Parts: sequence; C-alpha cells; structure tokens
Amino acid sequence: MAFDSGSAAFAPWEDPGQKPLISFKSVTKRFGNFTAIDNLTLDIFEKEFFALLGPSGCGKTTLMRMLAGFEAPSEGTIMLDGQDIGPIPPNKRAVNMMFQSYALFPHLSVADNIAFGLKRSDMPKSEIAGRVEEMLSLVQLSQFASRRPHQISGGQRQRVALARSLAKAPKLLLLDEPLGALDKKLRQETQFELMDIQEKTGTTFVIVTHDQEEAMTVASRIAVVNHGKLVQVAPPDRIYEAPNSIYVADFIGDVNIIKGLAKPESDNRYAIQWCENHAPIIGTSQHAFASDDICHFAIRPEKVSITRDRPTDRTNTMQGKVLEIAYLGNISTYHVELPTGQVIKAQQANNRRISRRSFTWHDSVWLSFTDTAGVLLSQ
Amino acid sequence: MNRRYSWFNITSLTLGFAFLYIPMIILVIYSFNASKLVTVWAGFSTRWYGELFQNEAFLDAAWVTLKVGLASSTLATVLGTMAAYVMVRSGRFMGRTLFSGMIYAPLVMPEVITGLSLLLLFISIGLDRGVLTIILAHTTFSMCYVSVVVSSRLASFDQSLEEAALDLGCTPFDAFRSVTLPIITPAVLSGWLLAFTLSLDDLVIASFTSGPSATTLPIKIFSAVRLGVSPEINALSTILISIVTFGVISASLISKRAIARQRREEQEALQV
Repeated sequence: MAFDSGSAAFAPWEDPGQKPLISFKSVTKRFGNFTAIDNLTLDIFEKEFFALLGPSGCGKTTLMRMLAGFEAPSEGTIMLDGQDIGPIPPNKRAVNMMFQSYALFPHLSVADNIAFGLKRSDMPKSEIAGRVEEMLSLVQLSQFASRRPHQISGGQRQRVALARSLAKAPKLLLLDEPLGALDKKLRQETQFELMDIQEKTGTTFVIVTHDQEEAMTVASRIAVVNHGKLVQVAPPDRIYEAPNSIYVADFIGDVNIIKGLAKPESDNRYAIQWCENHAPIIGTSQHAFASDDICHFAIRPEKVSITRDRPTDRTNTMQGKVLEIAYLGNISTYHVELPTGQVIKAQQANNRRISRRSFTWHDSVWLSFTDTAGVLLSQ
Repeated sequence: MNRRYSWFNITSLTLGFAFLYIPMIILVIYSFNASKLVTVWAGFSTRWYGELFQNEAFLDAAWVTLKVGLASSTLATVLGTMAAYVMVRSGRFMGRTLFSGMIYAPLVMPEVITGLSLLLLFISIGLDRGVLTIILAHTTFSMCYVSVVVSSRLASFDQSLEEAALDLGCTPFDAFRSVTLPIITPAVLSGWLLAFTLSLDDLVIASFTSGPSATTLPIKIFSAVRLGVSPEINALSTILISIVTFGVISASLISKRAIARQRREEQEALQV
C-alpha cells in the first residue's frame, strides 16, 4: 500500500537487522483461573513511543507491570536489552514507571521527589542537585522546587511525576494512563509536551491507555490488546487506514461495516454483493478472498461523500434519506438510511456557515466513495 | 442563634459533664486540703505535694511505671506496626481471617485471663517476676491496640507509593523506612500514646505479673487506698490527671494544626 513505503522515516520494526530493546517471548500470565496475558510475543525497539491500547481489563496494565517488575510472567520470558529480566527485582531494573495516580511522595518536596531515585543510584552526591535542576527545567517547574506535592496543581503534579521517572535516565519509561486525570485541553497540550520530551531525551516510552485519540497522537506504533492477546501492532495510520479485523476498525474511530459476499474481479479488485437488488460495492483488498467468501467492507465516515445529485465520477454510489445529523462544529456526521434499512454514516467538513448547510432531516441524498476508500475484512 | 442554647441543651450538657468530672474535681480540690482528714476541708495547702515527693515508695513505683510504660509502648508499637503491615499488605492467603482475628482477640479478652495466663507462662519458664515481666505483659496486651490504629491508616494508604519507591531503586525495607513510615507516622505515634496510656493505668495485668521487687503506681495506689484514702494519694492522682490531660490536649492540637495547615496549602495550590 502507498502509506507504508516511507522507509526514510523512523521504522526500526521493518528492519530485520535491528535488535529489539524489549521482547516478550510467548509470555503468559495467569491470576488463578484468569488468563490476563495469553501467549504473547512482541518486540519493542529503542526510541520507540509504543502505545498499548485496549479496553479496561484487556491485560495492557499487566503487560506494563511485568516490565516494571511488579508481576512475574507465569510462562515465557521477557528480554530487556538482551537480558532476561524475569528474576530481576523492580529496584534493580533500568526501567522507571510513571504511575496513574502519580504516586508522588507527599512528605517530600518536588525537588526531593525528583532526587529520590538519584540518591539510591550510584550517581555521586555532587551531581544530584544539577540533575534535579535539569529535570525541573525540562518540565518547566524550576520555581516550584521547594513546594510539596499538595501545594501544586494537577497538571504540575503530572509533570513532577514525569520528571521523577525520567531523572535516572532509564532505558525504558513506562507510563500508566499518564494523562487520565487531566482535563481535555490540558491533556492535548501535555500530549505534545510528552512527545517533545521523548524526542529530547531519546528514551523508549511505553504508554498504556484506553484513549484511542491519545494513542494515535503520541505513539510511533500502537498495539491493540484484547483479552490478553495482541489484535494488531502497527503505526497509527495503518491501524486506522488498514485495520486487520472488525474489532480494530471498530475500536479505533468510527466505521461503517457492510457484510457481503466477495466476487473476485481482477487482481485485487472485488465486487461485494451486499444486497439483492442493489449494485455490488467495488473495493480493493490486499488479502485474497475466494469467490462467495463472506467478507466485511469497512469504510470510515469521512471517506463517504454526501451530495444532493448523483455523482458521475465515483465507482460506488447509493441513495438514501438523512436520518440524523450530529453537528460537531468543525464537522457534521450524517446518518443516512438506505432503502435496505441499513444506516451509513457520512462525514463532511462544515466549510460553510450553518445557515448555508445543504441538507437537512429527511432529505434524499446520494452517498458515494471510490473503490480504494475502504478495506475488506474477513472477520 | 439563641436556639442553640436552650434550657434543655444547657441542662443536658451540665448533667453530662457533671457526671463525668465531679469525681475528679473533688479529688483535685481535696489534694490541696490542709487537713490530714480527707473529708474535712481545713484550708488551701500544697503540703501533700511536698510530702509526696518525700515518699520513697511512691517515687519508686512512679519510676517503675514510667520505665514499664516507655519500654512496653515502644515494643508494642514496633510489633503492632509490623503485624498491621503484614495483615494489610500480604493480600489474601489461607487463614487470613483467622490470623487477623487472633491479632485483635486480646482487645476483648478479660484482663484477668490475660494476666493469669501470663503469670502461668512466667512461672513455667522460670522467669522471676519484676520490671521485665510487667513490660512483656503490657507489650502483649497493648500491641493489638497499636495494630488496630496503624492498620486502619495503612488500609487507606496508596500502595502505588511503595511501588514507586521500589521502582526508583529502593529495597523493600528502604521503601518502608523512607516512604511508608514517614507517611503513617501520625498513626504510629497515636498508637504509641495509646499503648503508653494503657500501660500507665493498668492494674489487673500488672498485679498478676509484678513481683516484690517492682510495684507500679496503680498497684501502689490501690493497696494504699485499702488502708484508707490519704491526701497524698489525692495529690498523686492530681499529678497523673494533669499529665494525661496535657498529653491528650497537645496530641489533639498537633493533629488539628497539621490538618489545618494541609487544608490551607491545598487551597493555595488550587489558586495557582
């Protein structure tokens, strides 16, 4: 596909000669009868910003706690820099973690919180103050050095926690829902700060989140986790544009799924028969489907155009009636009901003022999309 | 506003406090009585306080009580904190309920039985009764009070703080010493104070485990009173009351100030 050919960009996972920083080798973790992680194999490379994304209870936090050393795998090995870290206790690992609750020590000042790990490392005493100063200026909190954690705001606490976990210059930084406690605006600003700091320090970041937007924004690669298994591991654009399953397509963003029978036409072109008295959808697929295989055509709402008249330049067109309009300011989502009863979502940028908007409820409209706009999924 | 001070309120308050404090007030007043007869008022005097400090037997008993109180409350605090830490942190294991029940059982055990069983133990292992046996006995019954106080604090303690300490390079002991302990210090201190107070006023267990070489103040007072109440005892009791009052008031002031300061600082943080 067109979008995975950017070999000049940072993509160590595509280079077979690269040695991974972390590798999970057939790792299984059970709690009693419950299998939290199920025979999982995964490589994470140096300088990556890797996101573990999934619903709560999917096992992403367990993966992170195994990296930190708070849980041991039931089976399999975890390698960090070529070394099996299974028997190494958390205090001996070159891994630091930023906790969801920040876990700042309430009885210590901001500066002492940051110095806490350094005092327990082999850094000479004379260098500690300088390092603390450096971390404070990295997160722009120099004037708050002598405050206690309860004397600063939530956003500042988050930055202290980040500075404290980065102070020992770990090979790997783990971030457990780091922005979960911040309000939306602050969260978006902080996402860019995180990326900036990750780039400046060159540390490998592994972030756990259930917020797909956050993962898309910050990560170089995303692993979608469900029921203790990896569903898909890929860069954000591939996860979004080329999901490998209905689960991923549905979990990340909004999607229309149309079920039908595949009829191979030529090369990777397929006609998808989805309705008896309607022309088949023409789509392309990298994966081969045999004739009459059940397939699911997945297309994002923003790739579906909505017009009053039937467009002549699009491969796929279908007529319907506007059922709902969700106005989000910058964009509007239209729910259009087809004669078959199926509802298709189409998105349009509101580049005109609302008074000049062209469609309203119950209008008859045409939906259209090109043959490469969607993907074909088997399950 | 006047509604808050209705006659009914004032009467209930007066009755309640009178019930609680009249005995003690009488005791304090009579400790300043010049007369040797306890029940006949013969003018103000501090002579019994002077005589009290001449009385070797009382001073010895006071010294023993203080030694026992300090040693047993310190031991009980160490053991009780350890027990509380294990019970709260070890999660679920077979027989956990039984174990925690066993830690708290001495709270409801009749003191006579605790005293008797300790006496039997000391006799069977051939330990001479004296200061050491009272310290051991007081440690035994007061450590469960400490562990109740400390474990209620630990239950609300964010465990990720300890994990953060481990993550930053602490050994488990170092994490406890440099993170957990400073945070739970107020609870540990109030546990210590509780144990100290319990040891100070215990009569039953001390009388089972003390020997001829060591008598505590409560035993001394109890046996002196059996021969008739002397004004010296009143003076001694007044001193004890002042010590306890001072301790309780200062402890509550300290914690009140700490809370007020934290509130104020949190308010300031919100305004940043």
